Parts: sequence; structure tokens; C-alpha cells
Amino acid sequence: MRVGLFIPCYIDQFYPKVAIATMELLEKLGCEIVFPLNQTCCGQPMANSGFASLDSGCDKNFVANFGEVDYIVSPSGSCVLHVKEHLHHPDEKKAQHIREHIFELTEFITDVLKTEVVTAHFPHRVGIHQSCHGQRGLHLSSMSELVAPAFSKPEQLLNKVSGLVLSKPKRVDECCGFGGTFCVFEEAVSVKMGKDRVAEHEANEVEYITGVDVSCLMHLEGILKRSGSKVSTIHIAEILNSSVTVPHLNNN
Amino acid sequence: MSSRDKIMTAIKANQPALLQLPDVQMERQLPEPSAILPQFVKTLESIGGKAVVINDVAGIRDTLEQSRNGQQYIVNTLPYLGTVNTEVISGMHAGSLEPVFTAYIEATLGVAENGSVWLYEHQLKNRLLPFICQHLVICLHAHTIVPTMHEAYEKIDIAREGYGVFLAGPSKTADIEQSLVIGAHGARSLLVYLITG
Amino acid sequence: MDPKKFITLYRTPNPGATVSHSKAAELFIQDEPRTDWHDETLWFVREKRDRAVQQVAEWEQLRELASQIKDHTLSNLHAYLTQFEQQAQANGIKVHWAADALEHNNIILQLIKEHQVQRVVKSKSMLTEECHLNDFLIEQGVEVVDTDLGERIVQLRQEAPSHIVLPAIHLKKQDVSETFHQHLGTEKGNNDPQYLTEAARLHLRDKFIQSQLAITGVNFAIAETGGFVVCTNEGNADMGAHAADIHIACMGIEKIIPKAEHLGVFLRLLARSATGQPITTYSSHFQRPREGQEMHIVIVDNGRTKQLGRPDFRNSLKCIRCAACFNTCPVYRRSGGHSYHTAIAGPIGSILSPNLDMKANADLPFASTLCGSCSNVCPVKIDIHVQLWKWRQVLTAEGYVPTGKKVAMKGMAFVLAHPAIYRLAGKMGRWVMRVMPFVTNNKTFNPWYKQRDMPAAPKQSFRDWYLKNKQ
Repeated sequence: MRVGLFIPCYIDQFYPKVAIATMELLEKLGCEIVFPLNQTCCGQPMANSGFASLDSGCDKNFVANFGEVDYIVSPSGSCVLHVKEHLHHPDEKKAQHIREHIFELTEFITDVLKTEVVTAHFPHRVGIHQSCHGQRGLHLSSMSELVAPAFSKPEQLLNKVSGLVLSKPKRVDECCGFGGTFCVFEEAVSVKMGKDRVAEHEANEVEYITGVDVSCLMHLEGILKRSGSKVSTIHIAEILNSSVTVPHLNNN
Repeated sequence: MSSRDKIMTAIKANQPALLQLPDVQMERQLPEPSAILPQFVKTLESIGGKAVVINDVAGIRDTLEQSRNGQQYIVNTLPYLGTVNTEVISGMHAGSLEPVFTAYIEATLGVAENGSVWLYEHQLKNRLLPFICQHLVICLHAHTIVPTMHEAYEKIDIAREGYGVFLAGPSKTADIEQSLVIGAHGARSLLVYLITG
Repeated sequence: MDPKKFITLYRTPNPGATVSHSKAAELFIQDEPRTDWHDETLWFVREKRDRAVQQVAEWEQLRELASQIKDHTLSNLHAYLTQFEQQAQANGIKVHWAADALEHNNIILQLIKEHQVQRVVKSKSMLTEECHLNDFLIEQGVEVVDTDLGERIVQLRQEAPSHIVLPAIHLKKQDVSETFHQHLGTEKGNNDPQYLTEAARLHLRDKFIQSQLAITGVNFAIAETGGFVVCTNEGNADMGAHAADIHIACMGIEKIIPKAEHLGVFLRLLARSATGQPITTYSSHFQRPREGQEMHIVIVDNGRTKQLGRPDFRNSLKCIRCAACFNTCPVYRRSGGHSYHTAIAGPIGSILSPNLDMKANADLPFASTLCGSCSNVCPVKIDIHVQLWKWRQVLTAEGYVPTGKKVAMKGMAFVLAHPAIYRLAGKMGRWVMRVMPFVTNNKTFNPWYKQRDMPAAPKQSFRDWYLKNKQ
């Protein structure tokens, strides 16, 4: 199957290692990867700020890049959710096809590839952060508010990684506080929320915090670095793609 | 145009196309009949009430008699418990009810899922009585307890009398730093006698 | 942060005194220990809610049922209000209609004057808060005693409630103790909640007994029977309503439900969602006035018909005022109700208030990360987080977003729609960050950097790497 790799703008620019890990992982799992070279952004930053009306340029570019693949996979729950809910295009059929065939990485692995075995090795204490849009939007896992059976696609995969000790924070799915432009327009609340998340993971003495959304991780990482913490953030793609112990994985 | 007309015109113009009213019947698991009384007792106790299961009202009658020996104003509404306080009637002023220490009232039914009892106005004699007394004693026939609110509303007719209330436990508040305090403005305590005989 | 500092934040209509949510939140968070306390206290209520709902296996079905009943009701509101009015009048209840807050307040004032009433008690009614009834009556020389303990506390402190179910949740017991010492003569420094509640009981008991007119809210009004239900834990609504010779119940048009049997659904959902109790202590069903009493209902619009006409936002009118959305909202818990500068704060307030005044409340839909937790706890399945997003689009289209933001967004949209420009901008941005970090590492001009480090700026973007290694 031809899988279009959708790399969100800020991952392309600031966290290429996440994109590399995603690509390598999908190739290991047998996918033929297509990376459209002119992709930019899904349009979420504008839309969530009230400017969905400005998104037509982004949308057109997205459809131009991803119109010809069977699936589109991205290491980002929130970007995938945005495309699913808000992608529109003069050729609505094309847009619909994309909306119906775009997946976040972990759900693609569990639901489409239906991978049973994950040959990854990551012998570290890892805390999982439930990114909101992936969880409540894409239903990557059950939600603490609902009376429903528990499940988690990311955890399902992480539990197969040898050596990994997974922990959950006390408030299993409270938001990290990034929220797009919220992170600067409501800076005080955003940081306070992030600090509280970090504190719960630190209480579990983790070495890494992981999740499916780099935006959350970027925000938590900013707080961790500012406080001089030894805890690092790492995207789930990097864990699933790892086969050796990796040293402190900061950029470059 | 009166305000009523203004509002109703706006509603008619703005309400959406008619959506269907669903049936309230839904699939759910009801507890075993034998579990209903214990569930009621457990829930009532968890909300600050006290439950006593008795076979014969004679026990209550004696307790009531004894309490009349003290200084406090005891109000009994139930003939089977002894002398009825016929002075308590619906038109009675609040000031006359203020001194009521304990009130004995009978309830129509109980609801196991939340430990509440339903009281019709005629059972209260005066609407203020179960609120203004310091301590409330309810007599309830155990066989009237239903599992959930759905069954309760099937059995009662809320339009039959001028007032009715689902009463669950003693009055309470947690308005001060979320500390639960039993005894706010209504009764400070609730005792429910569950009569099995 | 001294809670009294927030008094001036909440005094609408007086938009000049309104501070934006983000500014108010910043002030609130300055006292971090107090913020933690406020956050933990409300999270505790969320946890109580979770424990209660987990006991009801059919909980999600109940929510769906309640949602559909309310959706249906809104689509048939005209007929139900007509039926309700007829039935209520047949029960001997006098029905009044108020197009707006001022009319609502005047109706109540008229009744007070007609009956030459001096002593008025009021139990919790968010509608009367919305209409600023107390302030209005005070201006007219009528004093109303709020009898809900939390409301009485904030009334004595001349503050607005900060939560629709737990009005004094922003106060610590020391604060309450000080207030009661000042106004009720309780022991200085005695913070025991039991002691303080007892003092309030004695203080208000007399007010109930002497009351001539009682004002209550309405939790549910039943079209089929023409009666209404009032839910409390304290018993204060009943103490006033049964003692007074005049009972006025205030309701928004959306409080109608079709039939008595529907109460079974709503009463199972309400208290569990609000406080984690299976039911409130008292669920009082008022059908007819008691002997010797006059009973009145004031049915209020105040912007509700307008909201009814907004397809995207109409179902915010399903709200049963449980505040579960407040308790779960990570933003509300860390900013407090007063930061929202409206009668109803939290997530639901942020989708109701812009309808009343877009200009004054333009900041509220942005006081959210759109995490979606609110929609999950809503007992009537209002899609709150979706409506928050939609309000953002409306407010932007109406021009209520700061110019700077608009310019930045237009710029961003342009760059992101043009791949070559995007790539150039990205490359330049990363270069500046590497070579001149002081540009972005600036607490004054870069809000991100105030309390967070910037991400490192790699030399290669992923695309660069891909072209080099994969093609």
C-alpha cells in the first residue's frame, strides 16, 4: 500500500528526528512510503484561532500533495484530527477521500497494519501523556470521563516494547496546556497546566515522557528544560523505532 | 406586543424542525429483588442517614412515647405510632413549627439507588414540617422500595397533590472548603424505619 | 491573591471594568499555592463525580436519552411552553413573561411593592445572578437575603459567586471565618466548618421564619403537569418557599421538560454530575401554592430565543446547570470563576455568554485548549468544545479579535499556503534561533519564553534530510 507521510510543519522544522523515526518505523512494518515534497501545514493553527476562513490555501496545498495515496499517516494526533474534521476543497470528493484515509501513527499500526509484534527495545522508565485531540478526538484510547471499557492504542504498542517500564500520571488524561496559540495568549494558565503534568510524571520518577503529539511534548520539554530537569520528552515513534539504548535524545 | 407574544413569536421563528422524543425505556440491569433493601440501607447510610429495619411498629411507638416525656416538641403524624399532633395543619405559620424537635412522617416509597423517599403533601401535614424540624423520622414499608427513579415515577403521580418531595438523608452542605457538614437548614438528622412486617 | 481583588472584575454591565480572562488568570496564578489548592479542590469534585457515575452501568445511555429529550424539547419549545403555562395557571400559579433581565427584575420588584414586602429570601438561582437581581433590588431599597450557604457567604463579602453549584469554592475556611466574625459575630479565628455552618443555620433560620416573600430558581419545569422542581442539599429553598406567603420561581425558557417521567432521567444525572451524590437531599416538586400562599413563575428570555436561532449554538440551551464542565476544566480550575467576568463561568459560560454580548465576552471561547473533557462530562451531551471552536470563527468574522492577531494569522496563512515561502521562512527562522538566540530567547517579546525554553533549532528540516538521504 502507498502511504503518504504527512509531517506537520513544526515537526519538519524542529523535530525532524520524529519524522525520521516515523518513516523508518513504517518502512520496517512493510509500507511503501511516499513523502510529498511540497506539503506544509494542515491549517490547524489558523483554524483554532478563529481563522478557519483563511485555510483554503493550506487545504488546497494539502489536497494537491496527498490526493494520490491510499493512506496518509502522521505522527500527530491533533493535525490528523484537524484534517478529518475540517479539510475542505473545491473537489469535495478528493477532500472526503483524504478525510477518510488519514490516520495518526499508532492507530494506523493497530487498526490498519494490525501489527502484533513490535521489535523495539527501550529499557527506560517512561511516562505516557495522553494527548487530548488524539484521545478524545480520534479515540486512540478510552477517556476517564466516560463509563466505557478501558483501552489504549498507544499503550498497547508501548507494552510490547522490551525493557520499557510504563507509568501513568495521577490524572491520566488531563490536558498539558499547549492548546495551539493558547500557549502564548493564555501563557500563565498554559504553563501552569504543563508544570502540573510534569510534576505528576516526575513523581513517578520517569526518565522520559512520551505521547503521540509533538506539540504537547514540545511544551512539556520547554518546561522541563527551563527547570533543569533530567526528564526528557520523546515521541512514541522514536520509542517504537528504537532497537538500541539511546542516549539523552535532545535535538542534534 | 406583550412580552409573552414577543417571546413566543421569537421561539416559533427560531426553533428548529421537530426532532423525535425518545422513549424513556432503556435496557438496563436491575438488581435482584433481594438486593434492593440492602442497597437502600447502604446508600442511605452513605449519605448521612440512618436506617433501622424492624418488623413491628411497636418499637417505634415506644421510642416515640418515651421522647414525649422530655421538654421537646415532638410531632407525630401517624395514628399507628400513638397520639397524632392534629394541631399541625397546612395553614400553620412557620413560627409555630419552629420549636418542633422531632417529626414522625410516613413516606410513600423509597428508591434504592439513591436512598431517597417520596413524600406527598398529605403525608407531611404541613410542607415545612420535614424541613423545619431538628430531627426527622420516616416510616417506610420496606416492600415499597423500588430500584431506580424510573420505577419511582411510574408509581407516583406528582400532579396529584400540591407538593411532593424526594428526600434523601439529612440536610447538608459542603460549601465551606468542600468539608461536608451534616445539618444545614433542613433537618439535622434522618432516621428511616424500614417496616418489614 | 486576595479574592477581593476580583470584585471589580465581575461587575457587568460595566464592560470598562472587565479584565480579560487571560489577564485575570495571570493574576490568579500569581498565588501558586492557592491556585493548586483551588485546582485540587475542584478536581476532587470531578473525582467524586467519576466514582458516582461508574456505579451506573447505563450512564452513557442516560446521557444520550437526556440529550435527545432536550433536543426534542427545543424543537417543540413553543408548544411545551404553551402547555406549561396552561397547566400552571390551572394549578393556581400566576405566570409572568420577561423579555429581558430588566423586565424580570421589575416584575419581581412590582410584586414586592404590591404586597408591601420587607423581608425577602432567595435560594440559588443562576438566572437571578444573570439578571443582577440583588443589585437591582438594593438600588430600589429592597434587601434580599441569599440563603444558600455559599451564596450568603459571598453576599456578605459583596462578591460574585465563582461557581454555579459551589458559589464560595474560591474561599478558604479562614476567609469564611473572617466574614462570619465580622457580620455574624462568630468567634474570631474559629475556622471549623461545622461551627460556621451552625452559625449560618441559626442566623438564617430566623430569616426564613420571618420571610414574607421567597424567590427560588427552577431546575425543571414540566409541561405536562404545569409544576416545577427545585433541587437543594441544604433545604433552604423549601424553608423560604413554604414559610413565605409569596413564592416567586424564576426560570429560563429552556428549563422546560415534556413529562414527569423525564424527571427520572434528569434527576439521575444531575447530582451525580454536579457533586457526585446520587441525588440532592431535596428534590421538591411544586405543583400548587399552599393554602394561603401566592405562587408566581417568571419565564425569562434574556437572549435565549436568540441562541435558539443559532443552529451551531442552540443546544447550549440544553444545560441543566450541573457545573460538571467547570470541575473538569483544567483552565477553570487554574483561573477561578471570577476570571470569566460573567454570571456563568467555565466552559458552558463561554458558549452562552458571547450570545449575550459578543464584545464583552470575546475572550471567553479562547480561554480553552479545546481538550474536550467538558463535552465528555456533560450529562446532556452538549458539544461544548466544538461550540468553543465555532464561536472563535464567529467572533473573528465579527471583528472581535485583536488586530495584531489578525495580521499575524493572515501572514501565517500566506506562508503556509506557499511551500517555497514556508521552507524559506522555516530555514531563516531556525538560522536566527541558532545564530542570534537572543531574538527569540526574550521574555518581553516572546511569551513562550517567559517560562519555557525554546525547542532547539536543527540545521536540517526533515525535508532536507529526506532529500539528502532518501532520494
